[in-house]
Amino acid sequence: MQQPGRAAEIKAIGIGKSFGSFRALDNLSLNIGRGEFLTLLGPSGSGKTTFLMILAGFVQPTEGKLFSDGTDITDRPAEQRAAGMVFQGYALFPHMSVEANIAFPLKVRKKSAADIKKRVGEMIERVGLVGHEKKLPSQLSGGQQQRVALARALVFEPGVLLLDEPFSALDKSLRGQMQAEMKRLHQETGTTFVFVTHDQSEALALSSRVAIFNHGKLLQVGAPDEVYDRPDNRFVAEFLGEINMLPLKGVKPADNGSTGLCEDRAVNMHCKAEKVRGDAILAIRPEHMSIAREAAVGENGIAATATASTYLGAATKLDLTTRQGAKVTVSVPNEVAAAALSKGNSVWLTWPAEKGFLLPDGGQ
Amino acid sequence: MRGVLSDRMGAALLMAPLLLFLVLAYAWPFLGVVKWSFTLPTPGLGQYQALLTDDLVQSVFIRTLRIAAIVTVVSVAAAYAITVVWVRGSPAQRLVAEFCILVPFWISVLTRAFGWVALLSNRGLINTWLQSIGFISEPLTLVRNEFGVVVGMTHFLIPFAVFPLASAMRSLDDRVLLAARGLGSSRMRTFWTVFVPMTRSGIIGSALIVFVFSLGFFVTPAILGGGRSVMIAELIYLRIFQSPDWGLGAAISVVLVLFVGALMALLFRYVRPKQLI
Repeated sequence: MQQPGRAAEIKAIGIGKSFGSFRALDNLSLNIGRGEFLTLLGPSGSGKTTFLMILAGFVQPTEGKLFSDGTDITDRPAEQRAAGMVFQGYALFPHMSVEANIAFPLKVRKKSAADIKKRVGEMIERVGLVGHEKKLPSQLSGGQQQRVALARALVFEPGVLLLDEPFSALDKSLRGQMQAEMKRLHQETGTTFVFVTHDQSEALALSSRVAIFNHGKLLQVGAPDEVYDRPDNRFVAEFLGEINMLPLKGVKPADNGSTGLCEDRAVNMHCKAEKVRGDAILAIRPEHMSIAREAAVGENGIAATATASTYLGAATKLDLTTRQGAKVTVSVPNEVAAAALSKGNSVWLTWPAEKGFLLPDGGQ
Repeated sequence: MRGVLSDRMGAALLMAPLLLFLVLAYAWPFLGVVKWSFTLPTPGLGQYQALLTDDLVQSVFIRTLRIAAIVTVVSVAAAYAITVVWVRGSPAQRLVAEFCILVPFWISVLTRAFGWVALLSNRGLINTWLQSIGFISEPLTLVRNEFGVVVGMTHFLIPFAVFPLASAMRSLDDRVLLAARGLGSSRMRTFWTVFVPMTRSGIIGSALIVFVFSLGFFVTPAILGGGRSVMIAELIYLRIFQSPDWGLGAAISVVLVLFVGALMALLFRYVRPKQLI
């Protein structure tokens, strides 16, 4: 239905927004590529929704510039931006049928009746709402309303589709289904998608890139594996999933990355000690750590004692305490967990050098 | 009340004085009026037959319906505009709108009717002013006719039209309006195709309230109509206190009450009582 070339490329330069004395967004610069699926991720109040509203044109930035395909659209009102938008709670027109809801943006654009009929029909088929054309939104399930909202936002082939936490009201199984559907729609239409969520797993599963927000600041942008495996700072590391943090001393560059002392034992990292020197934090995801009877010479490892376990079905989550009191969580096969607990004494925690990364000590 | 009596008992007790008052002062005497309509001057349906044939009664009925309809359209339209400002305006605009809505409630209907006479009469403010700037040479007949009645009634009823509209506009989800604009609809188009249809229940409630109130108006038409545009309530008064033709007056009353009752039943099919406040 649409050439990928029609997808919009958006450039935000130094965007800031204050509501009175509250700084909602601070000096945000971001390029959103043509046809990209970008997720804005952050806790509530982090500025992600404010940025989406600025992209839509519903909120005027206090400072900064916004470009779409090289054109300055900072002062362009929402109705002239031609961005499709899916709201939290869908915001369907309650007095219009499914068909009329989807036809609305086409009618506004004064398309011919025949064209409207054809495109609405195609869209209804594409989102699987055939047979529901004449129903009112109140007669539909949550998932169906969601599809109407998506169809209405995509039917006029916008250059960019903005989605504000569209799945927050759906139950888990429906959520997964709608996520898959949205991914398919993204591939089919080739449109640029900008998606807001506070759910990190949703962000990692859907996006081509994730932008992480906190306290009005854009902290890091990158592909899901990039931000997950190599977070720039502690907030990003913690927000994207469980993470173990071990205090590290005497960090310095080494031949193959960097090296430091973890509880008096030398450990190696593949990442470079660019931003940190001396004291730092070594961060490792629970799934990258394993349990061993002992650590070989030259292998990364520290001694710890298992304190509790949580059976998760496919694996067991094991809580451990190191000799110097750091708390660590690992995800291990069930039988390994049982063995570690039954021994009741010291085990070794090991991890590959490429899976540990350095964060500045304390604070950010 | 809780702990001593159940909530339901408590509510019943609190409402009892009002119910008792309504029964003693309204329902019971009205049964007497119903009785008159079938018994005076002679028992039978004679008065109701007279209603169907009496030209004067019919013309007053038609005038009443016409005035009520005009007043309803004008009041609801004006109230709609005021309510938009009251509910969705800036804080300063809200304050002004609130003032305009509430102040009329503090002035009695009689005072307001005479106020309009002072404004609209041949030597009233408006005619004097229009003549002094040379816009007209002869005074316009603005009062002691249907026009005056419509003006006075509309002014009285606008605040009553505001509340159901405000309730409908407050419950409207802002995101739906944003969605319309985000989909490319101008503010004007969004207003007419989304905002107005979504406040439909408020418009219906508001219109029915104004219409029902209009049907029973007495003081305003009596003063501003100057005896020339008699409405139904004034006709009942004339039949009972001046003719005296109690039977016919009673029959008109019964028809009016039944008609209003039917309209109220219609009203509550569309809106819940709490939406009207």
